[in-house]
Amino acid sequence: MSTRETVQRRDDARVRRCLVALVVLAAGSVMLAQGQVGTPAAPNLGKPVSEAEIAAWDISILPDGTGLPPGSGTPEQGAKIFVAKCALCHGPEAKGGVAAALIGGRPLTDGIDTPKTIANFWPYATTLFDFTRRAMPWQAPRTLTDDEVYALTAYILSLNKIIGPADAMNAQTLPKVRMPNRDGFIPRFPERIP
Amino acid sequence: MKDLEVVAANGLLHRRAFLSGGAALAAAFTGYRLSDTLAAQGLADEPWSRKQGMLVQEYGTPSPYEKHVVRTLSNPKGDTRTQHGRTPHHLLHGTITPNALHFVISHSGNPDIDPAQHRLVIHGLVRRPLVFTLDTLARYPMVSRMAFVECGGNSGLLFSSEPLQGSIQAIHGLVSCSEWTGVLLSTLLEETGIDPRAKWVIAEGADSLALSRSVPIAKALDDAMVALYQNGERIMPGNGYPMRLLLPGWEGNMNVKYLRRLKLVDQPGMSYYEARTYTAILPGGKAYQFYFLQEVKSFITHPSPGLRLSGPGFYEISGIAYSGNGRIAKVMVSADAGRTWAQAALQEPVLPKAFTRFRIPWRWEGGPVVLQSRAWDEGGNAQPTRAELVARRGQTPKPVTNPLAFPGTHFNGPSSWAVDSSGEVRHVYA
Ligand code: HEC
Repeated sequence: MSTRETVQRRDDARVRRCLVALVVLAAGSVMLAQGQVGTPAAPNLGKPVSEAEIAAWDISILPDGTGLPPGSGTPEQGAKIFVAKCALCHGPEAKGGVAAALIGGRPLTDGIDTPKTIANFWPYATTLFDFTRRAMPWQAPRTLTDDEVYALTAYILSLNKIIGPADAMNAQTLPKVRMPNRDGFIPRFPERIP
Repeated sequence: MKDLEVVAANGLLHRRAFLSGGAALAAAFTGYRLSDTLAAQGLADEPWSRKQGMLVQEYGTPSPYEKHVVRTLSNPKGDTRTQHGRTPHHLLHGTITPNALHFVISHSGNPDIDPAQHRLVIHGLVRRPLVFTLDTLARYPMVSRMAFVECGGNSGLLFSSEPLQGSIQAIHGLVSCSEWTGVLLSTLLEETGIDPRAKWVIAEGADSLALSRSVPIAKALDDAMVALYQNGERIMPGNGYPMRLLLPGWEGNMNVKYLRRLKLVDQPGMSYYEARTYTAILPGGKAYQFYFLQEVKSFITHPSPGLRLSGPGFYEISGIAYSGNGRIAKVMVSADAGRTWAQAALQEPVLPKAFTRFRIPWRWEGGPVVLQSRAWDEGGNAQPTRAELVARRGQTPKPVTNPLAFPGTHFNGPSSWAVDSSGEVRHVYA
């Protein structure tokens, strides 16, 4: 039996055990109260928490748009915010400074070390929203409003001519943006992709 | 005297040459006799041996004579960009990286986390979302295991079309190995339950960039760990204090540090680091994404660039081999640029997804040689030759000159060290 098969069998066994735990859980809160959920190895010390309580932490945006908050912004609005909060590092009109340019990019056939940019590389526009919201501005992350993040996303996409200069970005429009390098990827080990 | 068996060109000796009566043989064939030096000088009872010694420290530090055994830093002042600290493999031995020398990549500095306030949340496609404190996690059944952690960009300089001169620390310093102790993620997921629609787990850190990566659920349930301890003590701030995700054998960046959130989802998040940074552009312009594995690799640490041979005679060649696929099965060493090979001895225990130290005795005649190692893992995967790797993955159009550059990720070809007759060791392609 190959290593992969061994791994696969072990995975299946674990998935089954977890699913069993799920069924047991569904059977009722009585068992929960008695602390008998799962296997004896599960001490049940985790404290239940509601998705509402987690909301402030839950900043994951998925490529299909799951997780995108309400709000909206245009390239024109984004241009102003960019001057105030981003140009310091990314340069005027995002042409680059101490941090990377957010515009342009060479063809990836120029070499394996071609700098990866939003325009020549990023497969999904949702990544731009997600990363800007969680990590930028670098010295003060998670201080932008959702409208500001939409506007900055719209501005950067429009600078790169991926969307039009008047296109507003919001939870409906952003996931529909097709990035130029969307089909440029190959998984190294396809059998490991769920 | 029985001649030692030379098993490959330029003086590589049988890996078991010293298992029987080795010391006498070693002295004999180097022409070096203990009496020559000792008789001339006599042994002094040194002053430090004749007085009370130093105070015992609360938290020990290495001998002052070991001051040079440090990480090299790419951004020591913390300018607005990533910081790297590289492990000095040429100055270490064995298989465990001391915690203070474990490699660190910090995209925005190590967060100063109060462990009492830190929380780990597991939510998304689960039966019931749960939150854990460090104290509650510490009450769970724990496991300890050896595991290497390697940056996807480690050894990336070897994609340069010309060999860049730098120490092994510059070239291979972004991999380290520790004993990690913590709670298996499968234990925690049994408690939350898993919705059958869950295919991926998005892991996120409590650092300022809230670094996040998507992990297939199969890996989460296989050997993933919420690690709390590193070589017996709490995890170092640079390595994820107070807790990190450990994915044995998988790309370093996915082993999310400062772990605070695990969200089960039905699709990968396509986060910045997985959609962009830790991908690999291929010669045709497409790119590998979700590489996951750190494939089988080995390199000779002794001797290596940064070290110098002090004259002809006996040396032990030794190095590190590891594979994200499991155990190391075999390491071969060449002293003539890959023409003839000898099998190295593997230091027991040989553990899966952990450093394996290999060694082979060598008699250097004093002429120019090129040393190389190649490893195989238990799955039958071979470390590719440079030619094979470059055929698949390409190399840079122009030579790389910046030793801090990352011209590519996931390089696992061999490293070649040329020793010239002065004993200097240089990086070459062979
Ligand atoms: C203090 C400097 C600084 C400021 C201000 C700043 N950034 Fe950044 N930005 C960085 C650094 C450094 C990185 C690289 C992060 C990394 O690689 O870990 C980065 C990366 C990015 C990236 C990814 C670029 C790429 O192609 O890899 C985007 C997008 C981005 N910033 C957007 C913004 C936006 C929008 C703002 C304004 C709200 C902003 N940044 C403000 C320093 C800054």
